[in-house]
Amino acid sequence: MPQLLIMVAQRLALGLLTLFVVSLIIFLGVELLPGDLTQAILGQAATPETVAAFRRELGLDLPPHTRYLEWLGDIVQGDLGRSLANGREISELIGGRLYNTLFLAMIAAVIAIPLALTLGVLAALYRNSIFDRLVNIVTLTSISFPEFFVAYILILFLSVNAGWFPSISNINDDLSFWERVYRCVLPALTLTLVVVAHMMRMTRAAIINLLASPYIEMANLKGLTRSRIIVKHALPNALAPIINVVVINLAYLVVGVVVVEVVFVYPGMGQLLVDSVSKRDIPVVQSTSMFFAGAFVLLNLTADLMAIITNPRLLHPK
Amino acid sequence: MSTDSEIILTMRGLRIEGQADEEWQEIVHGIDIDLRRGEVLGLIGESGAGKSTIGLAAMGYARPGCRLSGGEIMFDGIDLMKASEEEKRSLRGVRISYVAQSAAASFNPAHRLIDQFAESPVQHGVKSRSDAEEDAKVLFRRLKLPYPDTIGQRYPHQVSGGQLQRAMTAMAMSCRPDLIVFDEPTTALDVTTQIEVLAAIKDVVKEFNTAAIYITHDLAVVAQMADRIMVLRYGNLIEEGDAREMLANPKDPYTADLLAVRTFAKEGDNLPDQKVPLLKVENVVASYTGGVRVLQDVSVEIQRGRTVAVVGESGSGKSTLARAITGLLPPEAGRVLYEGEVMPNALDQRSREQLRRMQMIYQMPDTALNPRQRISEIIGRPLSFYLDLHGKAREERVRELLTLIELDPADYYDRFPGELSGGQKQRICIARALAAEPDLIICDEVTSALDQLVAEEILKLLQKLQDEMNVSYLFITHDLATVRAIADEIVVMLQGRVVEQGAKDEVLTPPHHEYTDLLLSSVPEMDPDWLDRLLVDRQNAE
Amino acid sequence: MVFKVLRDAPWSARFGFGVIVFYVFTSLFAPVLTPYGESQIVAGEFEPWGGEYWLGTDNLGRDMLTRLLYGGRNTIGIAFLTTVLAFLIGGVAGFIAATLGGWLDNIISRIVDVMMAIPTLVFALLILTISGTSVPVLIIVIAVLDSTRVFRLARAVAMNIVVMDYVEVARLRGEGLFWIIRREVLPNAMPPLVAEFGLRFCFVFLFISALSFLGLGIQPPTADWGSMVRDNATLITFGDITPLLPAASIALLTVGVNFVVDFFLHKTSGLRDEH
Repeated sequence: MPQLLIMVAQRLALGLLTLFVVSLIIFLGVELLPGDLTQAILGQAATPETVAAFRRELGLDLPPHTRYLEWLGDIVQGDLGRSLANGREISELIGGRLYNTLFLAMIAAVIAIPLALTLGVLAALYRNSIFDRLVNIVTLTSISFPEFFVAYILILFLSVNAGWFPSISNINDDLSFWERVYRCVLPALTLTLVVVAHMMRMTRAAIINLLASPYIEMANLKGLTRSRIIVKHALPNALAPIINVVVINLAYLVVGVVVVEVVFVYPGMGQLLVDSVSKRDIPVVQSTSMFFAGAFVLLNLTADLMAIITNPRLLHPK
Repeated sequence: MSTDSEIILTMRGLRIEGQADEEWQEIVHGIDIDLRRGEVLGLIGESGAGKSTIGLAAMGYARPGCRLSGGEIMFDGIDLMKASEEEKRSLRGVRISYVAQSAAASFNPAHRLIDQFAESPVQHGVKSRSDAEEDAKVLFRRLKLPYPDTIGQRYPHQVSGGQLQRAMTAMAMSCRPDLIVFDEPTTALDVTTQIEVLAAIKDVVKEFNTAAIYITHDLAVVAQMADRIMVLRYGNLIEEGDAREMLANPKDPYTADLLAVRTFAKEGDNLPDQKVPLLKVENVVASYTGGVRVLQDVSVEIQRGRTVAVVGESGSGKSTLARAITGLLPPEAGRVLYEGEVMPNALDQRSREQLRRMQMIYQMPDTALNPRQRISEIIGRPLSFYLDLHGKAREERVRELLTLIELDPADYYDRFPGELSGGQKQRICIARALAAEPDLIICDEVTSALDQLVAEEILKLLQKLQDEMNVSYLFITHDLATVRAIADEIVVMLQGRVVEQGAKDEVLTPPHHEYTDLLLSSVPEMDPDWLDRLLVDRQNAE
Repeated sequence: MVFKVLRDAPWSARFGFGVIVFYVFTSLFAPVLTPYGESQIVAGEFEPWGGEYWLGTDNLGRDMLTRLLYGGRNTIGIAFLTTVLAFLIGGVAGFIAATLGGWLDNIISRIVDVMMAIPTLVFALLILTISGTSVPVLIIVIAVLDSTRVFRLARAVAMNIVVMDYVEVARLRGEGLFWIIRREVLPNAMPPLVAEFGLRFCFVFLFISALSFLGLGIQPPTADWGSMVRDNATLITFGDITPLLPAASIALLTVGVNFVVDFFLHKTSGLRDEH
């Protein structure tokens, strides 16, 4: 057991370190890149006084390391600063939107994961059947589509032509749960379609790889039934690669959400990020990036940890 | 020999096809087998003979890429060629079992040994779980596994190779099958571990009167285990008969060749030692990163034009010695002297001339040749790099070297390695080494991956080259027959130390070090009674 | 030789190959094929299909067909350039890291790990916020970010080759680092690298289109498929499929490349799918 704990602890420490370095990058990004920021933002209004005032407002007159530590400290306490565009508290801005984005991602994940895993396993088991070939072509096509293409096709057919769903998902806190879900159907469907394809392909590859193992052949030669071989011999060893696949795709979901939110004008973190980028609202960009990056790091950390704790060699050392 | 003369397995005109690049080709051409209850049939042949494929066919199974294309397979009245998957499934594991070559790969890493043992009997309804567990203890004890009552609780990676192989044999016996197919069960094991496994298998097969098909490429091993032997080559039957008779009087020249493999031996070289040895290794200590010490105080000397064989099992450090000498793994202590001069420890500190005079040949010809380079380039590069030969002069020398290694230059000059057989590839490796005109060639298990007859040819070639060019060899191997064939001097290594060294005849005749004795006595001989005698001897010695 | 291979290929690969050839042709010859200039305003906004303007006009009155052809040229060209750059950076770094090993490999791998810890889109947006979106910046930023994936693959492939005995033979001979990479490693690394080039191109292509769609990539008036979707999106609400045209063009090329790469991997990896 001790070796397992050591590896888990090491990985956790590494994860924390990565988060720390990522925050440094996000913070420093502003510092190190060329072009005077304040000049660019103030544009016409840049006189020496306004520039100085602006810099003081942003705290740009303090040395970098002080600023960084202050910033980090603030974040940990929940104070994310103020938006340059509208002066509101960033934590306020993000709060509701974070919930919305998670809501959307959750719906997509709940549909996509079981669907993709089942299809992937079936495709691997019935390798080269018509089913498998068909699924291969469909998913290959699907992963080639940009998200906005899928989104607009869905809008065209299910919203404009059929009128079943709204083409814009403007949700707010007054809605009931199911009303919310109804407005999220199209964006969730878009996300699902793209993610299912990736996940299914990866699952299929992982299972095929597994099925080629000698111990699977041995189980065959012991005269075990096919279902037993799959359940007792393949699946326990498939946990690690499948978890890996799921987490990688959840991470992918984090990014896909951005485009989908923009298409459907969904008030989530993705839309916030894109808006702030076009308005060059630095503090908001930094905060939202931190959240996305943080989620990403956490998901990868989870994948690695799961790989460690499902490894029989580590669970039962010599 | 069996007392029950009922026939349990019959094959008539068995044909099997294999797939290569979308095309099916016949790889087994009409084999007939009759196997009686309790009888052990040895299937022997070199690679490509089809023995594994035939062994699996006895279970009605063909690996992906193969199919049973013709003939009859009758197991106790059931035609396996025509049987449904369900029927075959109900036979496998219960009435016919399989023991694979690699136990480590054949056990599921996620389950305990006892679970995998009990799986067959319980799933096939032969025993209850508790009965199976009791039976496991009995079988484990029979097969002389340590801690037989508790070893079942372990996971495969917690158990050693030899133990795992015996556990797999126990698993195969769990339903007391009528027939077990043993597919090269000891090929991957050290020679000293092999003895225990062979004894265990022989014992248990006799006790339960199980018929067995024993597949191997080693005639000496099959001599110990089989009642009857079938010699196969390229999917055809060459010879078949009673084991003892065949060993005493082989009828087919191919069988005779296989038998003769262990008899090629070089005459001991009685020349006096030279003043300054070609290579001298003094008290070398070496470790891998992580501090694992692999070589402890190793000293070896090689004379000009002589062959020093370094023998040891896995973990002895013999391959590491080669890496230390060449500078790939710089020693922590000790030195390497070449013609009396100290060589820099690390590879990148050595001059091109120093590098030229020591060349190396590897075990696996498949990975030792760049598949994207032509033979002319492979052999030609050292000529350009070391001897500054280019253009016409280089081309001519390459052709000369090809002739030297007994390959026709007109045929092989432009080929790619992928078109050559294992033995031919190894010859190219030899030519590449010779191109540099070295004084010393380190041969790292160069015949271990080759079929026995091909290996024999390579050894003869190496000897011929030594006679003509006075080149020295440091010959690393685990196989004592090879040592007998080619060595002038022998160095025996165990766990990073030299336990014995000296002239060949000295080392091979007693009295010698305990380990050398163990090593020598563990090498199977063609005598069918050898194993039984050895076991009796060892028991008396305890 | 290419035609022989294609004859045995499944329909998907042949289709993909045809698509690629078609796109390359139209991209190269766009100026010759179109009657109008790239950003030339020729008529009123959102003219319907047919007549003089085969595919109608866009939101500013420019000819849709012209914009499509130029858009392809620009987007594909930029994506291709970016992929080549990513490959140069990632490939060379990967090979060197694998061949030299040791502390250099460790350092570079750690840096790449950290860079990959931030999702590409977020990282790109972060940098673009500060440095603005000009084409050279776009190319460099995406190339550097994507080179991390290429690095991982190149390193993995090279690692498998570097442990081969024939590489050790070259080392023992005293061959230099670049000779070993060029003559021993590279020729054996080609198949997976070629496949990866195709996949990376698809990713970069989709990525640039996505950025442009968000308004943060290629800026107007340069024609670009991503921003064309954005500009004409309102037409969807009227049931007009025109904005889907650039989107479909993106999808079609990516599908084509993916089909070809899939077939290529199938052929070269020795994974026989028949069983």
